[in-house]
Amino acid sequence: MSGLITMDDLSNEEIMSILDDAERLLPVAEGRTYLPLLQGKILGNLFFEPSTRTRMSFETAMKRLGGDVVNLGDVKTSSVVKGETLYDTIQMVDGYTDIIAMRHPRQGAAQYAQDAARVPILNGGDGAGHHPTQTMLDLFTIRQAHGTLEGLKVILAGDLRYGRTVHSLSHALTRFGCELIFASPELLKMPAEIVNDLTAHGANVTETEELLGSIADADVVYMTRIQKERFADEDEYTKVAGAYKLHASNLEGAKENMIIMHPLPRVDEIHPSVDSTRHARYFQQAFNGVVARMALLCRLLGINVPQKIADGGEA
Amino acid sequence: MAQEHNMRRVTAIRNGTVIDHIPSGQAMRVLEMLAVDKSTSVPVSMVMNVPSKKMGTKDIIKVEDRELNQDELNRLALVAPDAQVAIIRAYSVAEKMTIELGDEVTNVVSCTFSNCITTNPREPLAHRLKVMAREPLELRCHYCGRPQDLEELIHNVL
Repeated sequence: MSGLITMDDLSNEEIMSILDDAERLLPVAEGRTYLPLLQGKILGNLFFEPSTRTRMSFETAMKRLGGDVVNLGDVKTSSVVKGETLYDTIQMVDGYTDIIAMRHPRQGAAQYAQDAARVPILNGGDGAGHHPTQTMLDLFTIRQAHGTLEGLKVILAGDLRYGRTVHSLSHALTRFGCELIFASPELLKMPAEIVNDLTAHGANVTETEELLGSIADADVVYMTRIQKERFADEDEYTKVAGAYKLHASNLEGAKENMIIMHPLPRVDEIHPSVDSTRHARYFQQAFNGVVARMALLCRLLGINVPQKIADGGEA
Repeated sequence: MAQEHNMRRVTAIRNGTVIDHIPSGQAMRVLEMLAVDKSTSVPVSMVMNVPSKKMGTKDIIKVEDRELNQDELNRLALVAPDAQVAIIRAYSVAEKMTIELGDEVTNVVSCTFSNCITTNPREPLAHRLKVMAREPLELRCHYCGRPQDLEELIHNVL
């Protein structure tokens, strides 16, 4: 495994093994234990478009493991604005670092970077393409709550058309035999090519415009933000977005262990009243970004986590 | 008989290239992919939908005074993967070439997706399309993973 560009780079066994490593690294991510497994290693954070959680959690993950981070900084003041190609940027950063995490507005940029680099690339989002590290933290959160990834009933709701997060996650959940319910307005439906691809891989998919009707027997409700700029006029947006909002009162008939997830940032789609229910898992999910990325950094840098922990954590 | 008759439809050429066994209706595409048009000063003959034992019907192109090279052959793999190419010198077949569609089409056409990283003409890595299926032909960009529309792809010949 040279880098992580799409979830297809990981087998189901590898996914489970990385999630096991993440579990082992939880006390380190929480700051309860110091384990400098990546001491002397440098991560290059190349974010060509804005990111809060992904960039910060990569940085936190690296530092919790004793490693260091160099950042591209603001694209507007970097050599990118002078017209530098991605190829040249990668050649430079490849020489400075041991591993690169990147986000880029162009689709295919992460694979392109991997072909140009000697060090592993972790894809933190490429246009409307893939976001596999988000998928790994989502899977970690789901497994943490349910003890398994297999055979769960998962609702994905909101903007399913433009959200790369829900695209990657749907593919991954299909591999574990989950039942998928896509709840979205007509305008923001899951692209047909993705639905076809999922069903060709044996997925059990239901598409609906109705969110609340399916909540009672769901194990996971994965909410996403509906963006105003996707709609021609504000009235239409207000009408549509209103149908994809969760309030604590909508959750009364839900299963005891159902969890609500969201890649964040949220706007109005999850009312603050939900935060204090046993179902809310989105802040835990954001924290899990650190632990999932710690496990991925270790895996790509060839660190055997269980072995190192048994050895007392010497780098 | 059919073979002889087909050949008589257009005159024999002295020097150049004969492209035979082009799928019926694809000859115009082949010419487009080879960038043979009004600006090409060499004579070009084309027959379409002629009977073929192997294919039912087929197209044939003869390009005079021009010998196709391997790069040009690679371009043909996208529209006429089973075409047979003969290089003619002094009215005789001097060389036979066949086209084989590999697992990847490299530096022949560029990805048709407008937001693919390879749309920046200054990016130096090769344009790579992976062959996902042969009949019908399905290609995906190695980088962005988007399936390619063959009708659009023809406009992206490098």
